[in-house]
Amino acid sequence: MSAQHLKTASGASRSLARSRPRYGEFAVKAVLLLAAMVSIATTVGIVAALLEPTIEFFGEVSFGEFFGSTTWGPLFNPPAFGVWPVIVATVEITLIAIVVAVPLGLAAAIYLSEYATPRIRKIFKPVLEVLAGVPTVVFGFFALTFVTPVLQDVFPFLELEAKNALSAGLLVGVMIIPIVASLSEDSMAAVPNGLREGSYALGASKMLTSVRVVVPAAFSGIVAAIILAISRAAGETMIVAIAGGFKSVFTLYPGDEMATMAAFIAQAGSGDASVGSTAYKTIFAVGSLLFIMTFAMNYVSARMVQKYREVYD
Amino acid sequence: MAILSTPRSAVQLASRGRPLKEHLFRIALLASLAIALVFLTLLIVYVVEEGWPRLDSTLWENQPSIRRPETAGIQSGIFGTLWIIGLTALMALPTGILAAIYLEEYADKTKWYNRLLELNISNLAAVPSIVYGILGLGIIARWMAFGFTIMTGAITISLLVLPIVIISAREAIRAVPPSIREGSLALGATQWQTIYRQVLPASIPGIATGSILALSRAIGEAAPFLMLGAATLVRFNPEGVWSSFSVLPLQIYSFISRPQEEFAVLAAAAIVVLLAILLLMNSVAIWLRNRYQKRW
Repeated sequence: MSAQHLKTASGASRSLARSRPRYGEFAVKAVLLLAAMVSIATTVGIVAALLEPTIEFFGEVSFGEFFGSTTWGPLFNPPAFGVWPVIVATVEITLIAIVVAVPLGLAAAIYLSEYATPRIRKIFKPVLEVLAGVPTVVFGFFALTFVTPVLQDVFPFLELEAKNALSAGLLVGVMIIPIVASLSEDSMAAVPNGLREGSYALGASKMLTSVRVVVPAAFSGIVAAIILAISRAAGETMIVAIAGGFKSVFTLYPGDEMATMAAFIAQAGSGDASVGSTAYKTIFAVGSLLFIMTFAMNYVSARMVQKYREVYD
Repeated sequence: MAILSTPRSAVQLASRGRPLKEHLFRIALLASLAIALVFLTLLIVYVVEEGWPRLDSTLWENQPSIRRPETAGIQSGIFGTLWIIGLTALMALPTGILAAIYLEEYADKTKWYNRLLELNISNLAAVPSIVYGILGLGIIARWMAFGFTIMTGAITISLLVLPIVIISAREAIRAVPPSIREGSLALGATQWQTIYRQVLPASIPGIATGSILALSRAIGEAAPFLMLGAATLVRFNPEGVWSSFSVLPLQIYSFISRPQEEFAVLAAAAIVVLLAILLLMNSVAIWLRNRYQKRW
């Protein structure tokens, strides 16, 4: 923005501009650009780290077996490479998490944006921030040693295993509440007051205004927040590794132990697969799949945020 | 808050028709926030109660041990975490702040490469941390041959928090009004002089708050270290950047995965230490924000 200001300034009054070029200014800009390029290098590095072992993996295991079979066990003897059980587990735990996080996060966002007095905001905003800062190992520990035993006591008919998708999914849901809440609140805060006042002028109540005017007006931002939360949930590792377990049997029942994609990467990457083996390369193949899935979701989310920004700015 | 500009009587008039529904809705909204608060309280009370028997000096004076869980400690994890965070602060903060200055002050948004940079950063901020572990394993540990050392861990975590640092620093810089820049330029300062003497000093509190929050994210991170062979039962403190290491969250993970009850207690005690560090950092960040935040 200010770069453009400079350009017009120097263009309009060339005689007043410095005749000698400022090499220092140019050097500073180059250094700054270099720092920004580190992020590009990171993406290139991630793709490079994933690509070569993934190609090698598909030289050893056919595409058809990877995507066409439902038996998973790269660390077993004989190994099996049907990736569906870990994909299904990832989707299932993500779904449980979304069912928890979207209603709670959205309600929190509506309250903070439309109802809360500055005093109440001052109390609850830090609560959400602290919740966002709790390390995921802590959530995993809580799921394994508190939530699962309590659920087993209260609902014995569910027949929960000691590690299960349900507790893991619930805690992943709690983990992403702050993401849904804070991003949705941002987009609701961006809705111009004129819309609210217009709604009141037509006789709508506060609830009607919130639900029928503010939420629809902030909709693309809310969707972007939810997509981002889904992508976070799908990639979450420590909670699912601790409370969801590593068993890779094809199952749909959330009371069973099941390994997600991230949990498999964690298990195989922490030393259970010997370097160079097909099992080791599976880490990178599953990693590529996870990266592509989350990348696609992040891209859609980022585009939606851009779109919504254009509406009210 | 936004409602404040509307006359209060108008709102009351509008909601006279259905008071019960309105009340229930409001209570439901408040309840969802209360659930978050209750959950957080429950979590903290639970880990403190579980870990209480081991919250003594042996916890940070002793090293981890498989054979004697009742006296095992977490000293190597604490030192490993301090090393990693120190190096991450040295690498990620300057890089992130410089990148943020470029994007806010110099980048011409109509150029495709600047838009690509922005899109890339927001994508990177949401890449799962375990994928950063794969980056550390494949590129830094093996291809660059840094091995499973503190250096590898610190570079990996720096790359992980870099997008967060950039995004928060950009917000802080954006909050400085253009009139400050224009005033400085009008007095004959160059663009860099303007940034260095006016924009940066004005945005330092915001940048500091964002940086502390980014580092607190780095402290709690465990997944990337799983891939970096941060051997969980390191019984010595790291001696330099090329030393092997473990970090606190990963030690907690290894305690949790052992069957004996004593390890669960040890894990809870270690979690209390970790949460105490994080709460302290969060409070400093919130205090900084409330104390120095300027409204232009």
